[in-house]
Amino acid sequence: MQKLSHHMMAVHQTCHQTASPVAAVQFSHVSVQRGKRIIWSHGTFQIPPHSVVAIVGTNGAGKTTLLNVELGLIPVKTGTVRIWGEPAGTANQHIGYVPQNYATDIDSNITAEQSVALGLIGTRFGIHRLKNSQKAAITHALELSGIADKANLRLSEMSGGMRQRVAIAQALVSNPQLLLLDEPFANLDIPGQRELVRVLADLNEKYNMTIQIVSHDLNLLLPILTGAIYLLDGHPHYAPVGNVMDSKLLTHLYGTHVEVLKTAEGDMYVRPDPAVEPKGRSEHMHTPAEAASFHVSREPGGEDNS
Amino acid sequence: MITSAFSSFATVTSTLSSSAWIDILTAPFMVNAAIAGLLISLAAGFIGYFVIARKSAFAAHALAHIGLPGATGAVLIGIPVNIGLGVFALAGALTIGALGKKAGKREVATGSILAFALGLGLFFSRLSSAASQQMQAILFGSILTITSGQLWAFLVVDIVLFAVLALIYHPLLFSTVDENVAQAKGVPITAMNLIFMALMALVVTVSSQAVGTLLIFALVVTPAAAANTLTRSPLSSMIWGSVICLFSIWGGLVISTVLPTPPSFVIVTLSTLVWAISQGIAAARK
Repeated sequence: MQKLSHHMMAVHQTCHQTASPVAAVQFSHVSVQRGKRIIWSHGTFQIPPHSVVAIVGTNGAGKTTLLNVELGLIPVKTGTVRIWGEPAGTANQHIGYVPQNYATDIDSNITAEQSVALGLIGTRFGIHRLKNSQKAAITHALELSGIADKANLRLSEMSGGMRQRVAIAQALVSNPQLLLLDEPFANLDIPGQRELVRVLADLNEKYNMTIQIVSHDLNLLLPILTGAIYLLDGHPHYAPVGNVMDSKLLTHLYGTHVEVLKTAEGDMYVRPDPAVEPKGRSEHMHTPAEAASFHVSREPGGEDNS
Repeated sequence: MITSAFSSFATVTSTLSSSAWIDILTAPFMVNAAIAGLLISLAAGFIGYFVIARKSAFAAHALAHIGLPGATGAVLIGIPVNIGLGVFALAGALTIGALGKKAGKREVATGSILAFALGLGLFFSRLSSAASQQMQAILFGSILTITSGQLWAFLVVDIVLFAVLALIYHPLLFSTVDENVAQAKGVPITAMNLIFMALMALVVTVSSQAVGTLLIFALVVTPAAAANTLTRSPLSSMIWGSVICLFSIWGGLVISTVLPTPPSFVIVTLSTLVWAISQGIAAARK
């Protein structure tokens, strides 16, 4: 098992050596405070361009806050955040943002297509008509997110999952370099979830997009993940995928037993409920205390300490 | 004075022959009322779309009531009713707007302030007999007493509304659809909310002249809601909202000339009727 993990690490490291030197996301000693509460602190990490990164952590750990910090919407208490080398909030035109619950607070007849158009002209003052090139971009974005056939349906007639796809299309239409998605699987059915993973893989490969996804369901994302930011004990850490997808860490992260299995092909599966598994598999399990000691020495690149 | 003119007008019309009410329909006060109806409908239909989309219907209703003490207070100190109403509605709008878009859903807070404002309006009206006499016109409207001076004021409000809407249309719509995404993309959402609330206060002030502060819902919210169910784009919803509003007001003027009914009653009835039909159509489509 350990060998496989090292093998995967090596593969990812060679991938990243060819990447551009400017990090997609760079945090240096970042801490965030809201009111009197420190949400998290000591955030120091870099996400290489062309990554697909999951943001994991328990409820209330500050995952959405992390996205908002990257967007420059929440001021940091200490440290600096840079997106493509620019201070957070100054390059948002290159960021596509898909919120957790899109357009739930509206009672309007606006259609999917009109909503996606706002991704292009929504920030502009004055009256603007869509150019043909913009119309083509809207159609393309709707196709990518799989709702081109529902372009003329109103948002108010759509299910949560369909609105989610509209939100993704709206984020994609401006051709962002960085895509931030907050719990994108929450409203999707199983075929929809698999399709979204395929879309994200495409965006990453064909369009060279860097993607960050807040998600509890790592099973879905594992095939495409290159790394993860895990919010643990009040600090965000980044690790390439071989490092973070480990039963010990995930167990500590969620405070409950989580098991990682590695198949012959190198695929890994997170099993959140080992109680229903055959007894023979429990050898991968660690107590939270063991996991905690494991975590302390674990920084990106420090896998030898385990 | 206005209310007595009102009731005597209704009594007179009930005894008129058919040729006589054509004279009434072409009388200067009726022409003024018709022009006012057009100006109010344009404003109400366009702002109404955003009132519906942003789920601010209750805030619109509340603004009219918050304007009431301004209106009766204005009579008390001898300034035009519209100015007093407008100043109070604007102050209320900016306060609600400063609390954020979600404040529209703070029903308890908004409703409590609404009740207090109504009480204060009553108190002011009791302090002077002039205010007391105008109370019914303020609450239920007096579209037949609109002066040419007021029409010019309405025109200015319409021009301001359309100029501002043309300027902020896309960002306002973006922040209406999803405030988080709009903010992430750089839309100044607090400014959008404040501007929207201020525009709503202007439209409420103008519209309350036609149907009064109590029935404002029927002009600013009901036609827009009907249009919203029947159309498939913001612009068509705004245009149809204005058309339904205009139909209600002009219909109200004509019918209240022929039948002994106050115009406000017919305006509200027509607007509610169109809304009910739109809901029926929407239900039949499903």
